[in-house]
Amino acid sequence: MKTENKAVDINRSIGDFHYKVDYAKDAGSGLSEKTIHYISDAKEDPDWVREFRLRGLKTFLEKPLPTHWASKDLEAIDFDKIRYYLASGDAAKRTWEEVPEDIKRTFERLGIPEQERKFLAGVEAQFDSEAVYSNIKKAVGEQGVIFVGSTEGLKNHPDIFRKWFGKVIPIADNKFSALNAAVFSGGSFIYVPPGVKVKHPLQAYFRINAENFGQFERTLIIADEGSEVTYMEGCTAPKFETTTLHSAVVELVALKGAKIQYITVQNWSANVFNLVTKRGLAHEDAEIKWIDCNIGSRLTMKYPGVVLKGRKARGEVLSIALANNGQHQDTGAKMIHAADETTSNIISKSISIGTGRATYRGLVHVPKHLKNCKNNTECDALLINSTSRTDTYPAITVRGTGNAVQHEASVSQVSAEQIFYMQQRGLTEAQAMSLSVNGFVNDLVRQFPMEYSVELKRLIELEMEGSVG
Amino acid sequence: MSSIAHDETVSSKGILSGPIELRDLPDWFRDQQHAAWEKFESIPRPTRKDQPWRFSNVDLLDLAPFKFSPALSDDDRANVLKYSRGLDRFAGRLIFAGDQLIERNVVSDDLKKRGVIFQPLERAMIEHADLFRKHFMSQPAVLGSAKFAALHKALVSNGTFLFVPRGVEIEQPIEIFHWLRGEGVSVFPHLLLITDELAKVTVVEHFRSCDARATGFACGVNDLIAGPGAKVTYVCAQNWGENVVALQMNTTTVDHDASAMSLNLNLGSKYSRFESLSRLVGEGGRSDLLAVAVATNEQEFDARTLQDHISPRTASDLLYKNALDDRARCTFGGLIRVEPHAHFTDAYQKVRNLLLSDDSEANSMPGLEILADNVRCTHGATSGQINEDEMFYLHSRGIPTKVAQRLIVTGFLNDVIQRLDQPSIADYLRGLIDQKFARSR
Repeated sequence: MKTENKAVDINRSIGDFHYKVDYAKDAGSGLSEKTIHYISDAKEDPDWVREFRLRGLKTFLEKPLPTHWASKDLEAIDFDKIRYYLASGDAAKRTWEEVPEDIKRTFERLGIPEQERKFLAGVEAQFDSEAVYSNIKKAVGEQGVIFVGSTEGLKNHPDIFRKWFGKVIPIADNKFSALNAAVFSGGSFIYVPPGVKVKHPLQAYFRINAENFGQFERTLIIADEGSEVTYMEGCTAPKFETTTLHSAVVELVALKGAKIQYITVQNWSANVFNLVTKRGLAHEDAEIKWIDCNIGSRLTMKYPGVVLKGRKARGEVLSIALANNGQHQDTGAKMIHAADETTSNIISKSISIGTGRATYRGLVHVPKHLKNCKNNTECDALLINSTSRTDTYPAITVRGTGNAVQHEASVSQVSAEQIFYMQQRGLTEAQAMSLSVNGFVNDLVRQFPMEYSVELKRLIELEMEGSVG
Repeated sequence: MSSIAHDETVSSKGILSGPIELRDLPDWFRDQQHAAWEKFESIPRPTRKDQPWRFSNVDLLDLAPFKFSPALSDDDRANVLKYSRGLDRFAGRLIFAGDQLIERNVVSDDLKKRGVIFQPLERAMIEHADLFRKHFMSQPAVLGSAKFAALHKALVSNGTFLFVPRGVEIEQPIEIFHWLRGEGVSVFPHLLLITDELAKVTVVEHFRSCDARATGFACGVNDLIAGPGAKVTYVCAQNWGENVVALQMNTTTVDHDASAMSLNLNLGSKYSRFESLSRLVGEGGRSDLLAVAVATNEQEFDARTLQDHISPRTASDLLYKNALDDRARCTFGGLIRVEPHAHFTDAYQKVRNLLLSDDSEANSMPGLEILADNVRCTHGATSGQINEDEMFYLHSRGIPTKVAQRLIVTGFLNDVIQRLDQPSIADYLRGLIDQKFARSR
């Protein structure tokens, strides 16, 4: 195949829109103790949350940017120009009717038809930093499932909330988790009572809709003993001239025998810095599965992790990354084995197009005196153009006998024979390429819930447009 | 033989006091040493937070206790000579102890006549200054040890210079011994190997200590240059004493259609870091990087590699195997880098750890950085223990556990050694591994 394929900019006009919104509350740009107090006052935080925020701010200011291993592009973030808190002032809405008309329009452009709610168990729609609309289907509520915004969660369910909040990801975990601790707003709080199996996935859409405004949601999901829940997070963002920062923290707690599946389709516009910390704590016999798909953003740094704390706990990360021109998808996974007979599986596939760069960073840790722990890691990278780049940086520590860890990675190009074969059958080179790339990720995409896998395939086709020829 | 003025006042000095003024050194070399010393002092000591030193026990790199090697007595020299037994047959041999030349077995007159130059570094820098200056440490140390490469450059006083001219094939291996003698002593071994077009040579280096328990510090650098179509094989049998801290930084440059193979056998030392940089600068070049380690007690082996594909149509293949017992630790940090436009690269990297005890630890960081699209690159890392079925099979044949374990480990490592395709060297290396097993049981 030709090596000098030129990458053409893809059509990003979809999702590229902006409605004017009047913000009732605005903390202004820049970050100081004053900002924290403004947020705490606006949100009527309890004292312990205010303290938590201030500790977060202190840690954030102390910690240097992790540029000794991460991309120097982080230095392009001007923390003084970011607005850390904006809200339209209203409390979270209960019914669809109460949602303001122009905001509804935004959701429609995002492709969330009203009737979809009938299928989905609940929609927690975050419009900028406050949950504007929150609805759980009656059936889920009757099962005792709590599905609310994080602000509501910490106010109305403090006993469950406080027990786990900030425990899976401590404030000082990294610079950006500290930033989130300082200025978090929005995100979801979910509690699934013992034995309850939530049939339909719970879903939330996030959007950024103010220039220079970072979103700092904080999600905490607790699945009590023997319960099961699937959570879906998807996002598109309008395009702006200056950079936008998105720095979420997601904590999952799966108690004995519980199962949590967390699905993300990330499609921020190409000016967003997406620096996210996601980690789950799996107790005995519990299972946590991250399904992570990164298509948008300028720089994404995200390494979903599972701490396998109880015997026979299982952790899994399935990840797809697509890096197009100017994008850097720095993703990966962390598996911390902390009990006997724990197993983990990481499967990562990345596609680099044009000048895109996809990076896999992994951490697998099996400390000593554990028995029968197993990890399997597979990373495959596909390079489309001669200017594309891919990196793999795993770190694997194994102590003692009785454990098995294997890591495998490969980098390749779409096979010329495959393309030739398809062209023989009348497909254009671009169609053949798109089909081939979809085939590359197909076995992973199939594991996604149906509506996501359809959306994903469409997104990949969109990104592939104009990348060859 | 021109020797170095190792009088007692000099030799008792700590290495952190800087370069010693040796006679007979050219001015340019002396200047280079002083510049390197300034560089050494300006670079901070590595910490574990530095990515290239992740998982390394950097506390062991306190160099304050180490001093220059004292001059050896005639008895010492005779003793070193007596124990310098390696391969049965060799084409030429140099033996150093405390960086002092003990014996020199030159290559045959025929090879000399055909232009082979095999001599100590201190002579080569005068007699072959052009070649020397062109290639001596011409590549920066990029794998983390820039500070220690500077230290080596500032303090190196001896080593080996080997030049194999166009089309000359040296059938038998060239042997080099480096001995540490005395307590708290340091050595700075160097090998500058230059092969011209279509030349062929095999070099075997032995690193040993006279006293198995003495502390010591070894800081070596090798420049291995494989000219167009040349075939270079380098074998390092690292068997320093058990309290030695060792750093070795090797750079292999592979020109077009050349092939280089290196095998590092790590048996000795308390902490040994081995940095191997393989630069594939010409089309059709191929580099094989092999390593075997048997780590016992509290030993720590730290391997860092870079397969740097600079030119299109190059191939590299890395296979590192570690067997770990007791409280031993092994770290592997490797990277395959495919530079922009280095298309048709075929690169492979595999590290396998066999953990034999509950307190052993293996860290693997196999990495890829691919900046060209028409490539095939794969890597794999595994860590596991002896297969129970294999053990059961051997038990059922009446073989006791320890022997069975040894058989399986030997088989596990042998597969790397066989890749050398040089039976006599392979036998010799297997012998060293057996000796280590015999010692540790």
